[in-house]
Amino acid sequence: MKEFIWMLPLIPLLGFLMIGLVRKSSPKPLISIIGCGTILISFLLSCGIFKEVYDARLAGGEGIIYQEVFNWFTVGSFNFNISFLVDPLSSIMLLIITGVGFLIHLYSVGYMAHDGGFGKYFSYLNLFIFFMLILVLGSNYLVMFIGWEGVGLCSYLLIGFWFKNSNYAKAAKKAFVMNRIGDLGFLIAMFFILVNFGSLEFQEVFPAAGQLAMGDSTLLVITLLLFVAATGKSAQIPLFTWLPDAMAGPTPVSALIHAATMVTAGIYMIARSNIMFTLSPVTMQLIAIIGVATALIAAFIAITQNDIKKVLAYSTVSQLGYMFLGLGVGAFTGAFFHVLTHAFFKALLFLGAGSVIHAMSDEQDMRSMGGLKKYLPITYITMLIGTIAIAGIPPFSGFFSKDEILAHAFVASPLFWGLGFLGALCTAFYMFRLLYLTFFGSFRGTENQKHHLHESPVQMTIPLIVLAVLSVLGGVINLPEALHGGTWLADFLSPVFAQTNAVVEPFHLSHSTEYILMGASALGAIIMALFAYNKYVKKSEIPEADGSSEQSGLYKLSYHKLYIDQIYDTLFVRPLNGLSKFLHTYVEKLGIDRLVNGIGDLFVSSGKGIRQLQSGNVGFYIFMMVVGVIAFMLYGLFTI
Amino acid sequence: MGNLLENMQGIPLNHYLIFCSIIFVIGVIGVLIRRNVIIIMMSIELMLNSVNLLLAAFSAYLGDPSGQVFVFFIMALAAAEVAVGLAIIIMVYRNTKSVDIESLNKLRW
Amino acid sequence: MDNLIILLLLPVISAIILAFIKTSSAKWAALVLSLIQLGLTIPFICHFVPDASVQFAASWDWINSLGIQFQIGLDGISLPMLILTNGLIPLIILASFGHDQKGGFYGLVSFMQAGLVLVFISLDAFSFYVGWEAALIPIYFICALWGDGDRIKVNLKFFVYTFFGSLLMLIAIIYLYQQTGGRAMSWTALTGLELTEGAQNWVFWAFFIAFAIKIPLFPLHSWQPDTYTHAPSTGTMLLSGIMLKMGLFGLLRWLLPLTPEAVMQYGNIALIMGIIGVVYGSIIAFKMKDAKRLIAYSSIAHVGLIAAGIFSFTQEGIQGAILQMINHGISVVGLFFVIDIIQRRTGTRDLSDLGGLASNMPILAIAFLIIIMGAVGLPLTNGFIGEFLLLKGIFGSAWNGVWFAVIGGTTLIFGAVYMLRFYQKTMLGPINDGHMSVKDVSGYEVLVLSILVILIILIGVLPNGLLHLSEASVTQLLENIK
Repeated sequence: MKEFIWMLPLIPLLGFLMIGLVRKSSPKPLISIIGCGTILISFLLSCGIFKEVYDARLAGGEGIIYQEVFNWFTVGSFNFNISFLVDPLSSIMLLIITGVGFLIHLYSVGYMAHDGGFGKYFSYLNLFIFFMLILVLGSNYLVMFIGWEGVGLCSYLLIGFWFKNSNYAKAAKKAFVMNRIGDLGFLIAMFFILVNFGSLEFQEVFPAAGQLAMGDSTLLVITLLLFVAATGKSAQIPLFTWLPDAMAGPTPVSALIHAATMVTAGIYMIARSNIMFTLSPVTMQLIAIIGVATALIAAFIAITQNDIKKVLAYSTVSQLGYMFLGLGVGAFTGAFFHVLTHAFFKALLFLGAGSVIHAMSDEQDMRSMGGLKKYLPITYITMLIGTIAIAGIPPFSGFFSKDEILAHAFVASPLFWGLGFLGALCTAFYMFRLLYLTFFGSFRGTENQKHHLHESPVQMTIPLIVLAVLSVLGGVINLPEALHGGTWLADFLSPVFAQTNAVVEPFHLSHSTEYILMGASALGAIIMALFAYNKYVKKSEIPEADGSSEQSGLYKLSYHKLYIDQIYDTLFVRPLNGLSKFLHTYVEKLGIDRLVNGIGDLFVSSGKGIRQLQSGNVGFYIFMMVVGVIAFMLYGLFTI
Repeated sequence: MGNLLENMQGIPLNHYLIFCSIIFVIGVIGVLIRRNVIIIMMSIELMLNSVNLLLAAFSAYLGDPSGQVFVFFIMALAAAEVAVGLAIIIMVYRNTKSVDIESLNKLRW
Repeated sequence: MDNLIILLLLPVISAIILAFIKTSSAKWAALVLSLIQLGLTIPFICHFVPDASVQFAASWDWINSLGIQFQIGLDGISLPMLILTNGLIPLIILASFGHDQKGGFYGLVSFMQAGLVLVFISLDAFSFYVGWEAALIPIYFICALWGDGDRIKVNLKFFVYTFFGSLLMLIAIIYLYQQTGGRAMSWTALTGLELTEGAQNWVFWAFFIAFAIKIPLFPLHSWQPDTYTHAPSTGTMLLSGIMLKMGLFGLLRWLLPLTPEAVMQYGNIALIMGIIGVVYGSIIAFKMKDAKRLIAYSSIAHVGLIAAGIFSFTQEGIQGAILQMINHGISVVGLFFVIDIIQRRTGTRDLSDLGGLASNMPILAIAFLIIIMGAVGLPLTNGFIGEFLLLKGIFGSAWNGVWFAVIGGTTLIFGAVYMLRFYQKTMLGPINDGHMSVKDVSGYEVLVLSILVILIILIGVLPNGLLHLSEASVTQLLENIK
């Protein structure tokens, strides 16, 4: 199986090319078969590769497969290869990408059935899978960077999929540009790594980095830069505002790219480079702070949003914040565990939201929904499962992964735990708010919409059901020790984090404390769920229309997303645009250009002056000639 | 020939120099102050001839015939100059009905 | 056939032939002749041994009494430039098919090609200078005769500005010639001179200003946006795609080896000029309404980075610069061609009048996107390899390289801003009512765009072939100056 690693990304690429070439001429079923088929093949290949790694781990090996594909470019002493590395970490990512990716492709067949850009959509989606696979398979930072930028491009293409809408096109541009800010950090980090370790290969960099002392300044710079990259890709403060706007894309795209896979690339990258981060405690501290702040702020904003996708978008930002908190407090396994479970339940929630939007004839405002329970039973049940999972109510998967992060956070600092717990309460509240507003109460949409309400076709519900099952059961792969679980994931991933584990003290928390923490978060989530039930079902409150004056200050702050977009606009966009105009009008036109033209004008005007001598009077010319001759003669006389 | 040489050397060289300088200066002044183009041409002739005379005188005193060769060159050149110059003057006269140098101020910026 | 002179003679002969073709078949003749030229270049690429030596060298006596010879030859620095010139000109000619130009136009293009080839292959200062000026004259006429708007005034400025630089260079060349005792003009003789510090300094500045005007480097760039805007698109492509590489090439071939100590002393100023150009050009490009002007400013940013890479004096920086010169040629030709297509179809290139063309022109939209991605340096396109190496080189340079790399690296962000804005304003959003019936690209346009797109991705995925050509020569160059 391991010989076929290179085929893994190649197959979606071929799918992209095939669909891209035939998208005009071929019927939709053919495109669907190619689009889903390539991902299915990739998934099966991934399963085979995973089994290989798994067997190797069972046999006590590290389960690392390295494969060099070809030499990309060589300059001086630096040699850059396109080469792949499969280890426990990337093998699980492969499964998420191709597995969830396949489900979302399948779902899209139904969701996009009536869209004119059907072929274009599937070609982009396949291209995305290609780049995402490159990202996780890369055996060095440069190959990872190919995927890193490539998924950014696909994200751009898919956010701006309905390009005729200027706002969507703008959102796409915003996503790309904000990602690029992070990418610059990645690029500079690569230069530092290259200069200090002489290579970008993970297998050469990490052992060398492991030799350095705790708090090494080079590592500090590298990790800070890598973290900047991660904040861009994984939508953390201060670069998170693109993700909510990215909801302009088709909903399955939000599920795949902006929930399950691409946005977790930052976590993947940090987890991969764990040794460098572990050795820079300052960065770790910063990551934890940014993570928890993002988790809280995004959760705070999500509470008042009325667009079903916006709620989920902010929820994604918030959950990503948890993952970063996990990374920051050294819970690499926990963070990755959350990546895994989040991929299941957030993809499920997005697809469920897509199913709702589909049924509602493209209505996204929850104020116009309500009572959909009886029209969309499968969607309702699966979304309920997803909501319970994300809210952190046991025994669903989200509980275990979030609990692991919070437990580690508690050890690092009870403050982190407290803030994380607060965020978790918000999460439970806004998710149940979403659920109740959408599925409970009475229908608030138009008659026309009500007429069209229908459960989604089977290719859309199957992915929902599969993801729901995974959301329920996903937790079992890493049950905490306190519950006599196997911590299977932690064992499986241990070679990846071996260096870190050798440096830091093993995580320790007494079982009784852990029980209390678990109990508190589970109880808190349930209480918030009930609170939301009371508010939105019993009292059947509906969020007020936009511009209503009876909102409290805090509500407004949350509703307007803390005015962060406006602040960025004032701080960066407008000054830069102003600077552009200033440079063009003053420096360029009035400064440089005028100076250059001025030199030209100087010659023109001096010509104008001197030509006055040329009066045309022949007598004067003769006189001047004689004077000149005499002058020369005198000069000759005196110098001889 | 010998006779001519003796005759020329009979007059001191200084006299030639002074005489030629006077004629040359007359020519220069004529060029500068007269406004009639024909007079100016004549003054130029005067200058050329004064130089010719001087060349011949030096040639005689030095016993070097190349000075006389120059005289012939200058005479040929003067003839050509007069031919072209008079032609120009006639054309100017036909166009402006005047040979006044002041009227020839069209060639300017 | 392995004599380099043939590459010089053919364009001259072509120019003469083309000048006499008055019918519209001139474009086909021009295309065929330029393709023959490209075909004749291939044996040189195949037989080139990628080491530091000068190959296919040939020399003839020219002005014997002054000791001036006509020397030509190829090495790892000039070969990529030769490939760029002879490869791009057929494309540029093909791209001009929509304008139905007559033979005189193509004759000038061919003549310019001769000048460019001479600049790149000449190994003595005299013929270099001849080529340098010979390339300028035809482009002046191309821009002045077929341009639009205020073309005469703009071109006068362009001509005088670059000519001023050339004269500085000429003075320096004559000075160097005197230093050899009036015996030789050859590259080997001039670079072998032991100049005093003062002499090195002014020779450096004379050459540098000449090259900096041509490149153009901030703040000597002010001829460029106007000239690009008012030139016909073929002229713009020639100017930006190939001609400004003369300046960058001149840095590598002449400036660095001639005055190594002055270069080490003042190189940081040049590096800073390049970096300022990156930020300055990018920021101005943000708000440009005229598409051509936007690309003109973006071009200032791109060549600024290339120049900065050269003055980083690192293997990666200089090799990246050579590669990026080719990449830049490809991408600007693509971008100006796209502008040309849009302008011919809609009659405008003002971004505020455009929009939504992607729905009518899907093929163009895809090709345009790939060209843009190449220009902003997305991995797996040619631009990435170039920018990565350039920034790595700047990062590794001796003067605060880290900060310059960070500032220069903002091109990653700014490039995305203005290029995507350009794309958005033309291709995305609602379509202008007047452009509802615009047709997609067809025929030769598809051919040009697909060649460009294939090149962009091919060089992005397999850059090694091109990089190997220059490796040994660059190593030797660096050894010589350090």
